[in-house]
Amino acid sequence: MKKQRLIMRTFILAILVAAVGYTLYANFMKDHKQRVEVGSQAPDFLLTDMQGNKHQLSEYKGKGVFLNFWGTWCPPCKKEMPYINNQYQQFKDQGVQVLSVDIQESELAVNQFAERFKLDFPIMIDKDKEVMTVYGVDKLPATFLIDKNGKVVKYFTGELTENMVREFMEKIKP
Amino acid sequence: MKDVKCECGHVNPHGTVLCEACGKILDEEENKNHLLDMRYEGSARRSQTYNKTIIDKIWNFFSSVKVGVWLIVITLIASILGTILPQEMYIDLPPEVYYQQEYGWFGKLYYQLGFHDLYGSWWYLLLIALIGISLVICSLDRVVPLYKALKAQRVTRHEGFLKRQRIFGVNHHIDDNDLAIVKQHLLQKHYHVREENGDLLAEKGRFSRWGPYVNHVGLIIFLFGGMLRFVPGMYVNENLWIREGETAVVPETGEQFYLQNNQFILQHYDKDKNKTFEKALERAGDVVKNYQSNVVLYKRSGKKIPGETPKLKKVKEYKVRVNHPLTFDGYSVYQASFRSEMNAMTFALTNKKTKKPVGELKINLLNPKEKYDLGNGYTVEILNYFPDFEFAKNGEPSTKSRVPNNPAFVFRMFTPEKPKGETSFVAIRQTIEPFGNNTYKMAFKGIDTKNVSGLIVRKDSSLWVIILGGILFMIGVVQGAYWNHRRIWVQHKNGEVWIAAHTNKNWYGLKREIERVLENTKLDLPKDQFQNEQTDKEGA
Repeated sequence: MKKQRLIMRTFILAILVAAVGYTLYANFMKDHKQRVEVGSQAPDFLLTDMQGNKHQLSEYKGKGVFLNFWGTWCPPCKKEMPYINNQYQQFKDQGVQVLSVDIQESELAVNQFAERFKLDFPIMIDKDKEVMTVYGVDKLPATFLIDKNGKVVKYFTGELTENMVREFMEKIKP
Repeated sequence: MKDVKCECGHVNPHGTVLCEACGKILDEEENKNHLLDMRYEGSARRSQTYNKTIIDKIWNFFSSVKVGVWLIVITLIASILGTILPQEMYIDLPPEVYYQQEYGWFGKLYYQLGFHDLYGSWWYLLLIALIGISLVICSLDRVVPLYKALKAQRVTRHEGFLKRQRIFGVNHHIDDNDLAIVKQHLLQKHYHVREENGDLLAEKGRFSRWGPYVNHVGLIIFLFGGMLRFVPGMYVNENLWIREGETAVVPETGEQFYLQNNQFILQHYDKDKNKTFEKALERAGDVVKNYQSNVVLYKRSGKKIPGETPKLKKVKEYKVRVNHPLTFDGYSVYQASFRSEMNAMTFALTNKKTKKPVGELKINLLNPKEKYDLGNGYTVEILNYFPDFEFAKNGEPSTKSRVPNNPAFVFRMFTPEKPKGETSFVAIRQTIEPFGNNTYKMAFKGIDTKNVSGLIVRKDSSLWVIILGGILFMIGVVQGAYWNHRRIWVQHKNGEVWIAAHTNKNWYGLKREIERVLENTKLDLPKDQFQNEQTDKEGA
C-alpha cells in the first residue's frame, strides 16, 4: 500500500517535471533560434553566382567549405572581405572553397563591392533570404565552417581577423 | 503508521480525524472542540502524515494550500512588475538603449533585472509551472480522501459527531408517524434518503463537492494548452511583409506555401457619397474604410533546395481584409498593416545653362542598372549606389542598410560635350559636384512608391485545448457555486430523536429547508450552535 503510493507519487511527479522541463527547454530554444547546430549536417542549398554559375553545397563534398553571409552595407563585412580573399588565394589549391552569400541586395551593389575589393571567390545573392532562414542567420557577418563530409564544424558571428580566417581555413582543410 | 480501526468496525487511514463511516472523533485534539471542523470530512490528507522519502517531502510541499497561495501571490507581484514599464515587444529601440534613455537609472535596473521580457522569462514560466504542480497535487491529495470518506459514510453516526454539528437538536417525545412524515418531506425535497434501523440520512447535492476539482482539472488543461504552444508546429504567429508584385514564402509552413501580393488597397469613406456622415467625416478627416491585400496562394510542388526557384501551383486567389483572413491548411493570414516604400526614382539629365532636359531615366531602387543609355550620345552610369545613405564616421558616403530609405547615387554623365564624363553625387535634396562645375546635372523628377502589405500568419492548434479547459473551468465554478451539499441526520439515540444537519454553504437555506421538513410534526427545530456560540461570546 505504502509502496504503491510512493510509486504513484513518483510517477505523477515525473510527468509534471517532464512537462515543465520541456516547456522551459522550448522557451529557451525559442530565444536561440540557431537552426544549424555545430556537428550537424549543413543544409543543402543552390544559388547562382554573379557570373551565372550554379553552386550547390552538396557538390562540394570532399572539400572544406567556408560559408560566409554578408551585406555590402555592413562595416565589419567590408573589413573582413579582403582577408577572406587573401586566405582564399592560399587555400583554394588545398581543397578549401569559399562561398559567400549576400543577403537580398541589388546586383549592382554586390558587383560594385566585388569589383572594389577585387574578390575572386563566388558571390551569390540570397534574394528571398531562404538560405539565411534555413541557416538561422541573424546578425551579419556570419561564418559557417563546413568540413569535407558536409558537417558544420564551427559557427561564428562578427568580424574576422586575417589570423582567424587562416585558422578557420586550416580547420576545414581536407 | 498504522491504519486506525474505529469502534464501529471501519478501518480508517492513519491521520483520519473523523471516522469515515460513523463520524466518531479519532483525533483527541478534536474532542475538545465544541463544533467539528468538517473540512474534507475530517479525512486524512495523506500528505500531512507520510513524510519519509524525498518524493514524499516534495509531494507534501506542493500539497500545502499555503504554499499554493504564496506561489499565486508571488506570481501576481511579478505580473505587476511587468506592467510598470513597456515590455520589449512594444518598443522600437534596442532594449539596452531604450530603457536607460527613457527611464534613467530605474530603466537600466529594470532591463538588467530582465523585466523587459518578464512574461517570457524562464523564472516566470517556472512560477506558472509551480502553480500548476501545486494545483495537481493539492487537488489529488484532497479529492481522493474526500471521495472515500463520503462514500464510506454510514447512516448511523456516532453521538460525538452529531452533537458537534453546527445544526443540532434533541427531541424527547418520539412519534413514529412524525418520522414517516419527515421522510416523506425529505423525498419531496429531492433528498436521497437512506434508512438503517430507523435512522435516517438524507443527502443531496453531493456532486457540488466535486466543483472545485472539476474547476482545477479545467485549469490544468488550460495550462497544458498554454504549454502546447511551445511544441513546434502547434502555434505560429509571424509577421510577413510582401511588396506589391512580389512573392514570398509563408513562414513556418516548411516552405510549402507561397503568397503573391498583387495589390494593396486603402479606401477611405467618401463624404460626398455618405451624406449622412458628412459632418462627422469633415470633423474626423480621412476615415479608412478598407485595408485590403489581393493575394494569390501557391503551393510548392516537388522537392526544393533552399535558394532554388520553386515550382509553384496556384491554390487560390483571395482578398485579405481586416477580419477576413485567408485560411488554408490550419493557417490564417490576416491583414495587419501596410507601409509605402520608395520603389523608383526618376531623373532628367539636364543642361544646367539652357535648363533643357535631354533625356529621362527611371532607376529601380531595388535593382538599379549599371548603365542607362538615353540615346543621341547621352549615357548615365551609376558608379555607386547607397540605398540608405549616410556619411560614415570617416566621412565616406556609405549605406546604413539594404532598404532604400534614403537613396543616393554617384553618377557619371556622358554627353557629346563631355565625352569623358562628369561625376555628380546625388542624394535627396542634395547634389555635390566633387570635381568642379559640371555642365550637366541630374534633375530630380519624382519618386514612385510601392505598397508593402503587412500580414500576420497565424496558426493555433492549441486553441481547442484551451477552450476545453475554459469550459471545464466554468462547469466547475457553476457546479460548486450553485449547488450545496446538504445532509440531514435524524437518528435515535438514548431513547431520544436527534436531528443534526450539515451543509458546505448557505446555512440559512438549510435551516429554512429543515423548517419545511419538520412541518406538521411535533419535532422541535434544531438550533444553530455556531450562532449560539457567537452570541454567548458576545454576551460574555
